[in-house]
Amino acid sequence: MGIIYIMLIVSLIIAIIFLIGFLWATKTGQFDDDYTPSVRILFEDESVEQKTETEKEKKEKQQNQTEHGNSKV
Amino acid sequence: MEIQKFSYDNKIVKYFAYATIIWGIIGMLVGLTIALQLAFPEFFNDYLPLSWLSFGRIRPLHTNAVIFAFVGNGIFTGVYYSLQRLLKTRMWSDKLSYINFWGWQFIIVCAVITLPLGISTSKEYAELEWWIDIMIAGIWVVWGWNMFATILNRRVKHLYVAIWFYIGTFVAVAMLHIFNSFEIPVSFLKSYSWYAGVQDALVQWWYGHNAVAFFLTTPYLGLMYYFVPKAANRPVYSYRLSIIHFWALIFMYIWAGPHHLLYSSLPDWAQSLGVIFSVMLIAPSWGGMLNGLLTLRGAWDRVRDDVTLKFMVVALTGYGMSTFEGPLLSLKNVNVISHFTDWTVAHVHVGGLAWNGMLTFGMLYWLFPKMFRTKLYSKKMANQHFWIATLGIILYVIPIYIAGFVQGLMWQEFNPDGTLVHGEFIKTVEAIKPFYVFRSIGGLVYLIGAVMMFYNLFKTAKQGSFEADEPAEAPALSAVLAQHANEKEDWHKRLERKPVKFLIWSIIAVELVVWLKLSQQ
Repeated sequence: MGIIYIMLIVSLIIAIIFLIGFLWATKTGQFDDDYTPSVRILFEDESVEQKTETEKEKKEKQQNQTEHGNSKV
Repeated sequence: MEIQKFSYDNKIVKYFAYATIIWGIIGMLVGLTIALQLAFPEFFNDYLPLSWLSFGRIRPLHTNAVIFAFVGNGIFTGVYYSLQRLLKTRMWSDKLSYINFWGWQFIIVCAVITLPLGISTSKEYAELEWWIDIMIAGIWVVWGWNMFATILNRRVKHLYVAIWFYIGTFVAVAMLHIFNSFEIPVSFLKSYSWYAGVQDALVQWWYGHNAVAFFLTTPYLGLMYYFVPKAANRPVYSYRLSIIHFWALIFMYIWAGPHHLLYSSLPDWAQSLGVIFSVMLIAPSWGGMLNGLLTLRGAWDRVRDDVTLKFMVVALTGYGMSTFEGPLLSLKNVNVISHFTDWTVAHVHVGGLAWNGMLTFGMLYWLFPKMFRTKLYSKKMANQHFWIATLGIILYVIPIYIAGFVQGLMWQEFNPDGTLVHGEFIKTVEAIKPFYVFRSIGGLVYLIGAVMMFYNLFKTAKQGSFEADEPAEAPALSAVLAQHANEKEDWHKRLERKPVKFLIWSIIAVELVVWLKLSQQ
C-alpha cells in the first residue's frame, strides 16, 4: 500500500498550504472584523449604479436642453 | 485619496451563463435518456440499437455533462461575476478569461464526442482520456492564474469569505485532478492508470469524493455566500461562522474518500479513518446550511415574493439533507444496505438537483435582470419553474429511494440453508422497474422546468439592454493602506505576494516527491 504514503504526503501538503494561508490571513487581520464585511458586500455596486444612472440622467438632461435649444432655433 | 475608474467584465459572465443553461439542458436530456433505458430496455433494444447510445457509454456522458459542463460553467458564471465586485476590480486579463471560456467549452465538446464512441479510462467521474485530462489541468490553471492575479490587483484589502471558497476549490481540484489522472498512454485514444488494484481504487475515490467536495460543494458555498445575501439584501447570519466552517471543511473533506471502499480489501484502519472524517463533516456542512437559511431570518416574507430566494431556500435545504445523509451512508452498517443500490443514485440527486441545480437557477434568475438592466420577462413563469422543479425533485428522489431500499434488502435475504432467496440479479431489477418509470417522469418534469427557464431568460435578455463593461469606481488599495499606516505599506504588499509564490513552489515540490516515489516503485 505504498500509495497511502504518497496520498498522506500530498494531503498533508495541501493541508499545510491551507494552514499557511490561514495563518497569513489571521496575521494580516483578515479575520479581525467579523461583521462589516458581510454588510459591505451589500452596498458595493448599488452606489456606483446610482452614480452611473445620475450621469446618464445628466447626459439626457443635457441632450434634452440642446434639443430644446435646437427647436427654438 | 485618488478614486480610480474601471469597469466590470459582464460579457464573460453572460457567455458562461448561456453555456451553463445550454449544457445543463443537454446534460439533463442525456440523463433522461439513460433513465428511460433503465425503465424501457426493450424499446431501446428494438428501435434504437445504437452502440453510441448504449447505457455504459452515455451514463458517463450524463455525469460529465451535469458536473463539469452544467455546474462547471455555473461556477465560472458566479465566480466571474462576484470576484470582480468583491475585489472592486476587473478580471486581471480578459485574454485569460476568454481562454478559460473557450478552452472549457472545447473540453466539453471533446467529452461529448469521445464518451459515446466508447473512448474512456473507465475511472468514474474521470473517464476522459489522457490528452483531455491535460487540457483540463491547463484550463484550470488559466482560471486560477487569472483569479490569483485579480486578487493581487484588488482594491479591497479584505477577502470576503466567498473568495476563500474559490481559492480552496482551485487548489484542491488542481491537486486531485492531476494525481488521479496519472496514466500511461498506449495510444492517442487509450491510456491505463498508473496505479493498480486497490491502490487505484483508493486514489480514484480520494479524487471521486473530493470531486463532490471541491467541485460541487465548496465553489457553490462560495456562490451561496455571495448570492443569498445579495438577493435577500441582508448580511449573512454569522460571518464568523462562515469563516470557521470554511476552514473546518477544508481540513476535513480531503480524508473522507475511503468511505467509498468499505468492506473492500483496503486496510481496515483506512476505511475507519474515512468513516470518522465523514461523520465529523456533518458539523461544518450543517454550519453552512444553517448560516445560509438563518440569513433569511426576519425576511421570510421576501422569500414568498422573490423567486431567486425560493430557489435558494430549496437549494440550502437539499444541501442540508444530502450532507446529513452522507455521514449516515458512510457508516458500515448503513452502507451494507445502500452500497451498489439506487440509494446512492437518490443521494447524489438530492445534492445535484436540489443543491447545485436550484442554486444555479436562482443565481441565473438574479443575474439576468441585473446584467440586462431590465425586469424578469415573466415572474409568473419563473414561479411555475420553481414549483415544477421542486415537484420534479420529489418525483425523482422518492421512487429511487424506495428502489434502493428494496434492492438492498432483497440482496440480504437468505434461505435457512444460507443460499440467497433472490439468487438471480435480474429478480431485483424486475422488482424495482416500476420505480424507474416514476423516476424518469420526475427527471422529465425537472428538465421541462429548465427549458422554461431558458425561454424566460432568453426573453429577458431580448427585452433588456446589455452592458458589456459596467462602469465602477473605487480608491486604489495602496491609497487605502497608506491612509491606515504609511510605514506598513511595504511589508503588507510583500506578505500579500508570498502565499502565491509559496503555493506554486509547494505544488512543484509535491509533484517532485510523488514522481520520485513512483519512479522508485
